[in-house]
Amino acid sequence: MTALGTFTQLLEITFALLFAPAFLGWVNQCRAWLQNRRAPSLLQPYFGLRKLFHKDAILAENASSLFRLAPYVLFGTMVAAAAIIPSMGTGLPLSTAADSIALVGLLATARVFLSLAAMDIGTAFGTLGARREMMVGFLAEPALLMVLFVAAMISKTTSLPLIAEGLTTRPLALYPSLAFTAVAFTMVLLAENARIPVDNPATHLELTMIHEATLLEYSGRHLAMMEWAAALKLFNYACIGFALFVPWGTSTEAWGPQGLLLAIPLLVVKLALAGAGLALIETLSAKLRVFRAPEFLATAFLLAVLGLLVHLLLGD
Amino acid sequence: MPFSYLNACLIVLLTWGAIGLAGLIRPRSVEFAGRTLFPLGAICALVLMLLAIVSIALPTEHAVLPLGLPGLPFHVRRDALTSVFLALLGGAATGISVFSTGYFRKGEGALPGLLCLQYHVFLASMGLVMLADDAYAFMVAWETMALASFFLVTTQHRLAEIRAAGFLYLLIAHVGAIAILLSFGVMQGGSWQFTFDAMRTAHLSPGWATAAFALALFGFGAKAGLVPLHVWLPEAHPAAPSPVSALMSGVMLKTAVYGMLRVGFDLLGTLQWWWGLVALALGLISAFYGVIFAAVQTDMKRLLAWSSIENIGVIFTGLGLTIVFSGVGMGTLAAVALIATLYHCLNHAFMKSALFLGTGAVLHATGERNLGRLGGLIHRMPWVAWLTLVGVLAIAGLPPLNGFVSEWLLLQAFLFAGDVPQTFVNMLLPVGAAVVALCTALAGYVMVKFFGVIFLGQPREPALADARDAGIVERLGLMWLALGCVALGLFPVQVIEQLDHVARELLHLAPGHWSGDWWLLAPSAARHAAYGPLVLFAVTLAVVVIAAITVRALYRRRVQRGPAWDCGFVRLDARMQDTAEGFGQPIRHVFEPFFEMRRELPSPFDAAPRYRVRVGDKLWALLYLPLGASVRATADFVARLQQGRIATYLLYSFVTLIALLALVL
Repeated sequence: MTALGTFTQLLEITFALLFAPAFLGWVNQCRAWLQNRRAPSLLQPYFGLRKLFHKDAILAENASSLFRLAPYVLFGTMVAAAAIIPSMGTGLPLSTAADSIALVGLLATARVFLSLAAMDIGTAFGTLGARREMMVGFLAEPALLMVLFVAAMISKTTSLPLIAEGLTTRPLALYPSLAFTAVAFTMVLLAENARIPVDNPATHLELTMIHEATLLEYSGRHLAMMEWAAALKLFNYACIGFALFVPWGTSTEAWGPQGLLLAIPLLVVKLALAGAGLALIETLSAKLRVFRAPEFLATAFLLAVLGLLVHLLLGD
Repeated sequence: MPFSYLNACLIVLLTWGAIGLAGLIRPRSVEFAGRTLFPLGAICALVLMLLAIVSIALPTEHAVLPLGLPGLPFHVRRDALTSVFLALLGGAATGISVFSTGYFRKGEGALPGLLCLQYHVFLASMGLVMLADDAYAFMVAWETMALASFFLVTTQHRLAEIRAAGFLYLLIAHVGAIAILLSFGVMQGGSWQFTFDAMRTAHLSPGWATAAFALALFGFGAKAGLVPLHVWLPEAHPAAPSPVSALMSGVMLKTAVYGMLRVGFDLLGTLQWWWGLVALALGLISAFYGVIFAAVQTDMKRLLAWSSIENIGVIFTGLGLTIVFSGVGMGTLAAVALIATLYHCLNHAFMKSALFLGTGAVLHATGERNLGRLGGLIHRMPWVAWLTLVGVLAIAGLPPLNGFVSEWLLLQAFLFAGDVPQTFVNMLLPVGAAVVALCTALAGYVMVKFFGVIFLGQPREPALADARDAGIVERLGLMWLALGCVALGLFPVQVIEQLDHVARELLHLAPGHWSGDWWLLAPSAARHAAYGPLVLFAVTLAVVVIAAITVRALYRRRVQRGPAWDCGFVRLDARMQDTAEGFGQPIRHVFEPFFEMRRELPSPFDAAPRYRVRVGDKLWALLYLPLGASVRATADFVARLQQGRIATYLLYSFVTLIALLALVL
């Protein structure tokens, strides 16, 4: 564990905590522009969080302690996940303790707690949201795992920073296996973060909502933690995508502290582009019926498995 | 008699037998059996676990017991593999016996003293299965185990469906036992010596070795509940009292895994890699089949039984992978796969036992097994709920608990399989990894349903308001198992150090291919794959605690209680929650071809409209009913011999005599 590594680690966590809501704000802004609306401020998610933190929290009468614990568990797992993902540098001390499979496990823990909390009050919408959240999850999780497997097989390691390093040093070319998995990953990202076409983050229409239905009973600071965790999740997914598909510019140990000076602006540029791309996809596609969601995700899963097979066939 | 760990283990098993017999002294007394004998049994289990753990690294011990037939004594043997499985038996049985102390009450059907006898004989026979060193002792122990568990399954024998479940169990157990017996018959290889030592030295031709392996896979697969021999499992496991269900799912299924390992790696010795593919395929099918059926169950114990099929599938997947790797000579990878298999056996023993005991506590408190009549019990039974939650998170394969460790190891084994010489195997294995990943994710779905419907939400029946939390001994038993889940999850390196002795023994490897510190699990230094659950857990916990404290310190706003919001709907009642059927609906929808569904739909004019869907197992109609019909037809054909007239029978004897004479002369 080097001093630089520790510093990078802390910097990454702080960056994720502080700027994840801004990334969400940026996606919303882009979406508004693309839809010819006046865009909300980039800082809108922060205003929302501040408002929620300053409100009294109202708990349903039969809420158990699990319900109050869940927002913090979600937040904790998302921060831990942010600590593993090499968004700026690859010399992360914590990432030796948790590889990409553990990362998927962490995300699954968050999902399970979210669903359990949604079932805790026993409302129609809560259980419906929990069921749909798990429905999306049971296909998205293996798909993500398969995407990571392709990268792991290419670089002969499951450690995410080492995968990113391994991919950086390969000659620049179009790799068919990575192309397949990139599509699969984008689909998983959309589904897991409750974006169109699987879910609509702006909706509160009962028949269609997935993620929002799980949050209906939360208010005040609990809701704020949930929203923050959701922003972190989107940020994390974006950073996983960067590590797998555009790892260039991520600072390695060999670059020394100067590497970070390059890595941070590059990360901001990547985030800006990814956010714009995400908004474009959301604007161009229509929301699927809930029962089309498994088909969408099964496609993602199969594409990822196809990527794996292509990798084995071509050996690239 | 000099001290040896083997003798000590045998004494524990004998003590179990004695405790069981002591139950007959006062067969009607719940006090005596429950409060005196079961705690003693728990102490024996604890002692057995400690003995087994200490003895894992020690050299193999043999003994010949003065039991059995003249000229055919029982041989026993303790090696690393035996010790690991004895530790599993002792560990799980400790928690279950402590729980049973408070569990068995009047009116469980059979007499308490009789239950005590069957229970402890069941424990002792499972121990003897693992210690046996000849086919005779093994089969005696194996059959005692089957019979003891049959009587335990049919504790409430006055109910017709429980008798039916018991019959099915006994039938498949015996079909399996015949296959195992035949497998031993093949393995003695013409020496007519039925000790395991003779089988180790016997040289079988590849064809006979394959036959022995296939018979063993059939026999042990029937005991383990491998698809398509699984049909008894979702019937028999829920029928038994909950501690017995826990023992059957948690421990008895593992005796089949033990048998498979013993036959495959020890007795047969030389393995052909393609056997592994068969075991792998069966394992993957079982895992997938088990988990989707678990998702659509509405009875909580049946749900857990199907989930056991899934876990057995995962275990056999690991076993198959081990055979493939060791068959092509990739020892290090085989060791990873074998350790994943053993680890999952241990994990499943603890987590499934915890879950079954949790359902037992719920069943006692509410009298309900139907998920549609439960709900909201976390308020009434917080101890049971939170301890069960540990088991739920563990079996869903979430870090930092134990289920994740074995999943991680298994996926690592799959992932680095790239150098298997057979190219098509190389292509198949990643698909296997995909299926394992899918099953784990589905297990998460199943467990959210299980926990959410029983413990969360609003109580679905008014009677649930009177439910009481489990007593202190039940809590202690559950706590032991939950602690086991946590310890196995947080300290994988220490566990693997012990399991590695088995890997070295069975795969003939040199020590020292595991790298990493005491807190970091790293199968191989060359591959840069590591997992440190303690660090991961500490970091996550630290963030959770810091976030909670900071938020509370900064925003000291009140927390008010109010009615649920539910989008402004005011007349909320328990019927509006998702039912267990509803929660399984997406799985029924997505995997429709695998289910046999019968729906009863109401017509628009029904006064009391009723919607019902029954989900059945397609294999019944496709496999078991034709099989049953053909058995019956054969029996009818043979029955024509039976005329009922003494003259005909005398004629039969006469004809047989003539035929025999003709043969001899």
